Amino acid sequence: MAKVIKDVGCPYCGACCDDVEVTVSDDGKKILEVANVCAIGAEIFKHASREDRVKLPRMRQPDGTYKDVSYTEAIDFTAKMLVKAKKPLIFGFGSTNCEAMSSAAKVAEKAGAVLDNCASICHGSSFLAMFDNGYPSCTLGETKNRADVVVYWGSNPAHAHPRHMSRYAMFPRGFFTGKGVMGRKVITVDPRFTDTARVSDIHLQVKQGHDYELFNAFRMVVRGFEADIPDVVAGIKKEQILEVAEIMKNARFGTIFYGMGLCHSDGRNHNVDEAISLTRDLNETTKWTIMAMRGHYNITGPGAVWSWQFGFPYCLDLTKKNMAHMNPGETSSIDLAMRDEIDAFINIGTDAGAHFPIEAVKHIKKHPMVTIDPNICMASEISDLHIPVGIVGVEVAGIVYRMDNVPIQYRKVIDPPEGVISDEELFERIYQRMCELEA
Amino acid sequence: MAEYLIKNGHVFDPILGIKGEVHNIAIRDGKFVEPSALTSSAKTIDASGKTVMAGGVDIHSHVVGPKVNVGRLFRPEDKLFKSPLRQPKNARMEMGFSVPSTFKTGYDYSRMGYCFVNEAAMPPLHSPHVHEEIRDTPLIDNTAMPVLGNNWFMLEYLKNGEIENNAAYTAWLLHATKGFAIKVVNPGGTEAWGWGLNCVTINDPVPHFNITPAEIIKGLIETNEYLRLPHSIHLHGNNIGNPGNYTDTIDTLKLAEGYSPNCDFGRDQVIHNTHLQFHSYGGDSWLNFESKAKEIMEYVNRQKNLTFDLGVVTLDETTTMTADGPFEHHLQSLNHLKWANVDVELETAAGIVPYVYGKDVKVCNIQWAIGLELALFCNDPMRSHITTDHPNAGPFIRYPRIIKWLMSKASRDELLHSFKWSEKVIGATNIESIDREMSLYEIAMMTRAGTAKALGLSHMYGSFTEGLAGNVAIYDLDPENMPSDPEMIEKAFGRAAYTLKDGVIVVKDGDIVGDTPKSTIWVNVKVPENKQVARDVSEKFLRYYSVNKDNYSLFEEHLHNPKVIEVDITA
Ligand SMILES: [Zn+2]
Repeated sequence: MAKVIKDVGCPYCGACCDDVEVTVSDDGKKILEVANVCAIGAEIFKHASREDRVKLPRMRQPDGTYKDVSYTEAIDFTAKMLVKAKKPLIFGFGSTNCEAMSSAAKVAEKAGAVLDNCASICHGSSFLAMFDNGYPSCTLGETKNRADVVVYWGSNPAHAHPRHMSRYAMFPRGFFTGKGVMGRKVITVDPRFTDTARVSDIHLQVKQGHDYELFNAFRMVVRGFEADIPDVVAGIKKEQILEVAEIMKNARFGTIFYGMGLCHSDGRNHNVDEAISLTRDLNETTKWTIMAMRGHYNITGPGAVWSWQFGFPYCLDLTKKNMAHMNPGETSSIDLAMRDEIDAFINIGTDAGAHFPIEAVKHIKKHPMVTIDPNICMASEISDLHIPVGIVGVEVAGIVYRMDNVPIQYRKVIDPPEGVISDEELFERIYQRMCELEA
Repeated sequence: MAEYLIKNGHVFDPILGIKGEVHNIAIRDGKFVEPSALTSSAKTIDASGKTVMAGGVDIHSHVVGPKVNVGRLFRPEDKLFKSPLRQPKNARMEMGFSVPSTFKTGYDYSRMGYCFVNEAAMPPLHSPHVHEEIRDTPLIDNTAMPVLGNNWFMLEYLKNGEIENNAAYTAWLLHATKGFAIKVVNPGGTEAWGWGLNCVTINDPVPHFNITPAEIIKGLIETNEYLRLPHSIHLHGNNIGNPGNYTDTIDTLKLAEGYSPNCDFGRDQVIHNTHLQFHSYGGDSWLNFESKAKEIMEYVNRQKNLTFDLGVVTLDETTTMTADGPFEHHLQSLNHLKWANVDVELETAAGIVPYVYGKDVKVCNIQWAIGLELALFCNDPMRSHITTDHPNAGPFIRYPRIIKWLMSKASRDELLHSFKWSEKVIGATNIESIDREMSLYEIAMMTRAGTAKALGLSHMYGSFTEGLAGNVAIYDLDPENMPSDPEMIEKAFGRAAYTLKDGVIVVKDGDIVGDTPKSTIWVNVKVPENKQVARDVSEKFLRYYSVNKDNYSLFEEHLHNPKVIEVDITA
C-alpha cells in the first residue's frame, strides 16, 4: 500500500508552499506521486528517487578522475583543509535547512573562515537598504487577508515563484478579501511584458534601469508635489503615474513584492531604499508593506540563523576568531574570490560553478575546493571533493524560513540513499574532526 | 555531579526570610538540599564576606525570536566597536550591544548571576524560530509568552463572551507553541494597526471586531484564571509612551478590581503590568511632560492583585522593539530613523526602531527618573521587578547600574545634577526628594524572589528552599562593610564572583568558566474536550492562515530540553 504524506514543504522557491502531498511506495523508499506542487517542485521530489544518485563522496585523483571514498576520508580531508587554510570560504546555503547553517557556522567560527550565503549574489543589496532604511513588512497571510492592492516590482512570480500569486497575493480569498482577485488591484512594474504582467490589472513598462526615478515620482505624488513631475518619468506617462499613485494612496492595505529586477538593476540597494521610503510615505496615511521575493526555499534561513549567532546576515568574516566582521565589498564572496584572497572553498547548497563569474572561479580553482550537494552540479565537477548529502525537504527534515521570515517546519518523506548523511551531520562531524586535529 | 557547600556567605532569601545572616547553602544533584545531605566528596566554595542570592530570574526581556532578530540583522552598527573579544573559555563569539547575539545574551545574563529569563513576546506563528534561538542561548532557562491580545480567535470568542472557548483555544495555543503565559500587547490596537490605525484608550473599539480593549483585558483575565495558569496575564496596555497616558494606565489597572488569582502556583496578582515606566506619564505634550509615578504607585500600592516591572530608561543608544506596531510607527515619525515592521497574520505585529536616549535630553532624563521612582514609591518590592524591557528602555546588562541607583541616593543625585537640564528634570519629577535607598534584601525581592513568585515559578526558582534548582549568584559585596563608592555595587552585580546553574559553576570572577544544559519551560493545560474550538481552529487554518495547521504546531524535535508544567482543570 502506497501511503500519502500531507503538509509537506516544497524545497524549491522562497514561497515555501507547505501543502504538498507526496505519495510514497510501500517500503518508504520511492516517491510515486506529488500533488499540490508546481512543475519545478515536482521535479525535485521525483529526482530523489533516481537510480543514478551519488551515494559516496568522490575524491579527485591525480589523473583528474573521481574516485569513491568513505565519509570518514571526506570529512578528514575537509577538516584538514579548513585547519590549514588561512582564509577559507564557506558559501551557499540557499538549499539546506537551518540546522545545517547553524552547524556550518560553528565550523566556520572554529576554522576562522568567511561565511557567506547566496544573498551575496542576489538580495544582498536588499540587506544594504534595510541597514539604511528598515523594512516595513508583514507575513504573507496578511497580504492574503487584507491586501486590496498588490505591486510586483521587478519580480516575475509566474515563473520564479509559481504559486505565489495563487496562495498569497493575487487570487486567494482571505478574511477581509472575500472577493479574491475581483477585489484586488494588481500592478506589475517591469521593463518586460512578463507572464505576471499579462495577468495584472496594470503594467507599467518602466525603462530598464530607471526604477529609482519612478519611485521618486510616486513619492512626489504621494507627498503632494505632483505638479512638479515631468510629463514622462522612466518611460511612464505622468497620467499613468498619477493613476497608479492614486490607487496606492487609496489602498486599505498594500504590499510591494520586489525582485531581482529591482535590486540587481542599476541603482541596486538605492532602488530598494527608495522602495522602502515610498512604503514609509504611504504609511503616513494608510497601510503598506514591502517584501523581497527571496529565491531559494531557505535563502532567508542563513540571514536569520547567522543574525542571531553573530549579528550579521551575510558576508561574515570570522577569520579573527574572536569577533565577526561584515563589510560587503570587502568580505563578500565574489569580491574575495576576484582578489584571490580565498585559499580554500566549500560550496554548499548552491552552485558557485554556475553562478560565480568565471574570473572568480579561476582563482578559487587554484586552491582546494569541496562541494557538498545531493547532486552533480557544475561546482561538483570542478571540485577536489564532492560530498553527497540528503535532500532537505525530501530526505531530511528541518526548519526553513519563508521569504517573509516565517519559519516552516519541513518534513522528511523518504530515506536518503543508503549511507548518505545530512548536511547537519556532515558539518558536526567536520567540527569533531577539527577538534581532534587541533587537540 | 559535583556537590557544593557554599560556606559563610551572607544569604539573602526573601522567601525563607533570611536577611543577610551567615548561612551555608548546599547543592546536590543540581538542587538545594540540607547541608547534612551532602556526602564527604562535596566541594566547598568560600563565600565569606560576600552576598549570596538565588540565581536571578528575569520576568520580562526580549531576547529571542523574530523581532529581536530583525533588530540584530538591520543594525550592523550595534556590533561595531561594541562587541567584546571572545573570551578563551567561551564556546562562542559574543556580538552586539543593545541586541546581543544569542550566545552573548546567555553569557551576559550568567555573568550577572541570572539563570532564568522569560522571553516577553512570542508571535505564535513564529514559535519554531523562538525555540531555535532558545536552543542557541546558553546557560539560562527560558519560557516564552505567546502574544494573544490581538488574536482573531480571541477577539471573536471574547466579543461573544465565550470564556470557555477562549480558554480551550488558549490551551491549544500554549501546547502548539510550547508557550508559558498569556502576553497582551496594546490589546486591540495592534489589530487596528493592520489598517494603520490604533486603539489609544481602553474604550476605543477594535475595527471590524466590535470589542474594546477593556473587554479584551477582562476576558483574558477570566480566561487566565479559568485555566489556572502559573502566571497572570502579562500586560502591555494601550497608549504606551505618550504624555498624559497615566490615566489610561490607571483605567487599565482598575479592570483587575474584583478578580483574584485562581491557581496552585502561589502568585497573588491577576495582572502583571510590564514596563510600567512607559505608562506613567503626565503632561499633554513633550514640552510639559512629567512624572506621574507617584499617582500610579498610590493606586498600585493599594491593590494587592497587581505586580509590575519597571522598564528603567538607562540613557543608552538602544533598539526599541515591540508587538505594539502603531507605537513603533509613531516613534519612527519622531526620530526619523530606520523602521522595521512585521505584521503577523491573525495574531499580532511588531515594530523595531533604533533609539538614542540622550543623556542631555530632558524627556529621556524624566523617563529615567520615572522608572526609578516607581521602585522607590513601591511599598512591596516583591511586586516591583527590575527590568529595562530589554532592549526597549536599555540593554539588560544595565541591571547592575539600576541596582546601584536604587541602593544609592548619592549615585542618583550625581547623575541627576549632571544633566544639562537638571533643574527642569527635577521640576518634572519627584526623584530628588526621595531619600529611600533599597537594601540587598529588597534587591533580592526585585530580581529573583518576587519575579519567581509572580511568574508562578517559585517552586523552581528564586530561593534556597530545599528541592529548588541549584541556581546561585555570589556577589563580591560584604553587607557588613558596604563600599562607600556606589560604583562598586554596579561592578559586583555585573560580574558575579560565582554563578552556579543547576549546581554547576558556570561563572567565576565574572568570567564564563563552565557549561551546563538549559531548559525550556512550558505549560500544558488539560481542558475539557471542545469540539467547537477544534472546528474553529481547523477552519481558520484552512481559510486564513498561510501555513497548514499541522505545520504550525511546534514539532517535538524543535523543542529543546523541555520541562513541562502540567495543569489539569478537568480534575
Ligand atoms: Zn517588552
